Amino acid sequence: MATMYRDRAHRALRFARLNMLLVSGLAVIVAVVLVGYVGSAIINQDDARVGAFDPGLRPSRDHLLGTDRQARDVLAVLILSIPNTVKIGLLAGAVGLGIGVVLGLAAGYFGGLVDLVIRTVADVVFTIPGIAIMIIVATNIRTMSVEMMALIVASLAWMYPTRAIRAQTLSLRERLYVEVARLNGESGMELVVKQMLPNLLPYIAAGFVASVSGAILATIGLEALGLGPQGEFTLGMMIYWARFYGAILRGMWWWWSPPIAVIVVIFIGLLLASAGLDRIANPRLQRTK
Amino acid sequence: MSPDVLQVKELRVRYDTYSGVVNAVEGVSFSVRAGEKLGLVGESGCGKSSTVLALLRMIKPPGRIVAGQVLLDGVDLLRLSDEEIRLARFAAISLIPQGAMNSLNPVMRIREQIVDTMRAHNGGKSRAELDSRVRELLQWVGLSDWVANMFPHELSGGMKQRVCIAMAISLKPKVVIADEPTSALDVVVQRRVMHTLERVQQELGASVILSGHDMGLMAQFVDRLGVMYAGRLVEMGPTEAIFEDPLHPYARLLIDTLPSLDRKGDFKGIPGVAPSLLNLPAGCAFQPRCPHAVERCSVDEPAWQEARPGRWVACHLWAEGRR
Amino acid sequence: MTVDYIVKRLGMLLVVIISAISINFIIPRLMPGDPVQQKMDQMVAMGGTVGDVQGMVQEYRKKFGLDKPVWKQFISYWGDLLRGDLGYSLNNYPQRVSSVITGALPWTAGLLITAILITFVLGILMGAVLGWPTAPRGLRGVVPVFLVLHAVPYFLLGIILLFLFAVSVRVFPGGGGYSFGTALQLSLGSIADVLKHAALPALSIVLAGVGGWALGMRGMMISVLGEDYINLAEAKGLKQRRIFLWYGVRNTMLPATTSLAMSLGHVVTGAVLVEMIFAYPGIGHQLYRAIHAKDYTVIQGIIVVLVVWLAVTLFIMDLIYPLIDRRITYRRR
Ligand SMILES: Nc1ncnc2c1ncn2[C@@H]1O[C@H](COP(=O)(O)OP(=O)(O)OP(=O)(O)O)[C@@H](O)[C@H]1O
Ligand code: SF4
Ligand SMILES: [Mg+2]
Repeated sequence: MATMYRDRAHRALRFARLNMLLVSGLAVIVAVVLVGYVGSAIINQDDARVGAFDPGLRPSRDHLLGTDRQARDVLAVLILSIPNTVKIGLLAGAVGLGIGVVLGLAAGYFGGLVDLVIRTVADVVFTIPGIAIMIIVATNIRTMSVEMMALIVASLAWMYPTRAIRAQTLSLRERLYVEVARLNGESGMELVVKQMLPNLLPYIAAGFVASVSGAILATIGLEALGLGPQGEFTLGMMIYWARFYGAILRGMWWWWSPPIAVIVVIFIGLLLASAGLDRIANPRLQRTK
Repeated sequence: MSPDVLQVKELRVRYDTYSGVVNAVEGVSFSVRAGEKLGLVGESGCGKSSTVLALLRMIKPPGRIVAGQVLLDGVDLLRLSDEEIRLARFAAISLIPQGAMNSLNPVMRIREQIVDTMRAHNGGKSRAELDSRVRELLQWVGLSDWVANMFPHELSGGMKQRVCIAMAISLKPKVVIADEPTSALDVVVQRRVMHTLERVQQELGASVILSGHDMGLMAQFVDRLGVMYAGRLVEMGPTEAIFEDPLHPYARLLIDTLPSLDRKGDFKGIPGVAPSLLNLPAGCAFQPRCPHAVERCSVDEPAWQEARPGRWVACHLWAEGRR
Repeated sequence: MTVDYIVKRLGMLLVVIISAISINFIIPRLMPGDPVQQKMDQMVAMGGTVGDVQGMVQEYRKKFGLDKPVWKQFISYWGDLLRGDLGYSLNNYPQRVSSVITGALPWTAGLLITAILITFVLGILMGAVLGWPTAPRGLRGVVPVFLVLHAVPYFLLGIILLFLFAVSVRVFPGGGGYSFGTALQLSLGSIADVLKHAALPALSIVLAGVGGWALGMRGMMISVLGEDYINLAEAKGLKQRRIFLWYGVRNTMLPATTSLAMSLGHVVTGAVLVEMIFAYPGIGHQLYRAIHAKDYTVIQGIIVVLVVWLAVTLFIMDLIYPLIDRRITYRRR
């Protein structure tokens, strides 16, 4: 027993060493999420209410990140914003990935007309600047919520996974073992689930990371334009309000820089994770040196 | 007997991989005479490509040449400066690569790729001279003029192979290396390519080093044969002599398992598994599969020695002329 | 390049434009309670405080024939579009949407084209050199910096640059496209003024983009360098520089241009937001203002322009590919 555990721990360590990128990326993201959720439980939510303190205070011992022009504690707002932004990212990423996997598998597996239609639609949507569609939808929605935001953003997070999964399914289909399984009389669905999905895992994971980061990027953009959920705390809304009240030109760096810092940390985490997954998916990129 | 153009001494190549160190070439020594056709045969992964690429100093990371000499007319290629070896490549010793299929630049016309080779070495020639030389070379390998204007994807595998041969002879080198020139081609094309290589030796007087799997095919073309196993040369000598009386047990097994009629075909029926270079047994590398192994074989590595005049072998059965 | 190929690409172009513009028409009508209608009612109620509201409402009603069936509205919508008529701005009635856009477009085009070209060329060069085994050590050291910059969305980098170089240290102006109160003319001073205003927005786009390009290009370069033709080129005794440019970089140009095409939508989105941050008088800034003022006709007009612009750019790129890579015409012939 003990040796088995040691063996497993050993293998995990070896993997971690080989794929520092993935591990550190995930660690960064987990850390941000923890700060958001644990912090939200700890802090006094009233600190984030409009008019809780004096407006525009510089950082001090009482307000580590100062207060904004609406007289809210910036740190409290920041911490409450993280879970919502993460939620939008994960939700949109999952929806986008779900659509992407289904469409990608269908296109790659069935080929022919199905493939043509899916590919064309994905290409068309690719060519339309995402923000255009999102702006049209968002401007026409009366009251925006966090969930609604996630759905809107997800509508544009499915193309990358679709393309990647389609390409991989195609190349897997060419390989012998799928043929063998087909000869063994497995049905189409069984084949996809039992034979293909496991092999597609690295690509699915990479697709998930890609659609999460695309989704977060899009929400923050929409929010900064003023199309976000007005009554909610999100990182993008923080930036929107900071800009709205002229915080940048007024030199109130403690207001706009914390959300930017958190966003950058999230993106660095996602970038590291996707670079790590890339290595698993395409070992060729790995320089032996 | 003509003098040696190329002498390889104690060549060693290793690859440092994640799974460990691979000694792909382990103390290989042989020489090539002027105008001779020499064959290197062995299973996949035994180090043929590593050996011949090392002659041009073309081993890339994670691999490197750790020791040895490659004397071309007495000059050690392994000691040349980067610029000197660059100038020696293709001018003195050229390569027809394994996998000619993908060895041409997809975005360049064939003419430019041949011209490139010549320009890199003697820049002074005029465009017209270069173009007429390209035509001449293509004709020589049996391709029409219009091939010069084509892109690689517009040619068949055999045609690409010929373009590679044209490049390899464009600077009239002393030694032409063909690394498994035929393995990706069908039988008919294989023979044509072999005949072209034979002409390289006959008409241009170059020495040709040929590597491959197919001992039977090889035997019909080369003057001398070297048999490799697990990164080592195990036997070398005149082709006929080896076929008549192979000295090394591995060579004997190879010859015995060739289809008897025309003695042609790939390796099939040697008992035991091909060795992993990562994990070789102590003593003789062939010992686990060898029917004649004696006690000593699992302790000492056999030395590379001339057992009979012109016949080299690495096996304890031949130690100090015994047997 | 064959006629067939061009026709196919052209078909794709039309499909993209038609579907995007149709979505632009359909979505607002799918939403419960037409917000345009709502806004107009509101304006009528306020009674002509902003421009000639009555006149505009009449015009709008007439134009869209709101009582007519949707398919008729759809047809007249297209008819107007084809005539280049995007309607009137809801907020400044006599002003046409098309004039808002033509006033803003040159700014965006100038900024975007310059910034993308600089980013592309710098990124490609950097990536290609990084993929080469003997890349200078100094350059390798810079990579993490650019990667971090790449992790910052364009417009957030814009905020940081704005703060650093226009607020903390006042080297560059804090926004706009030219100094307030000056007339634009073709004089050296005026040009310098415009360039000064464009510097920070362009820098945001370049800095945030270069790292991504360099990384992508490095990957492509490494995979090209693993190809057999690179080995043979080296065995042929070619000079390193020749191998690098003609055997290496040239073979990465196709995937590089493909990914440029694929990233354009992303870049345009980023640039729109950068303009907003710098109050740069391009269409991004107009879009931001329109969203704020709920000026739906301007929003829709700008989106139509963005879509068409991008689609046409991609179409042109599609026509250029076969010149870069001969295999394409061959495969699709
Ligand atoms: N780039 C490399 N990285 C790591 N190991 C390598 C590399 N190239 C070759 N090797 C190892 O070196 C050994 C010899 O390889 P080599 O290519 O010389 O064999 P070969 O006889 O030419 O085989 P084949 O007939 O398949 O071409 C192999 O076991 C291989 O695993
Ligand atoms: S040395 Fe021993 S094991 Fe090796 S080949 Fe000779 S007899 Fe066989
Ligand atoms: Mg080989």
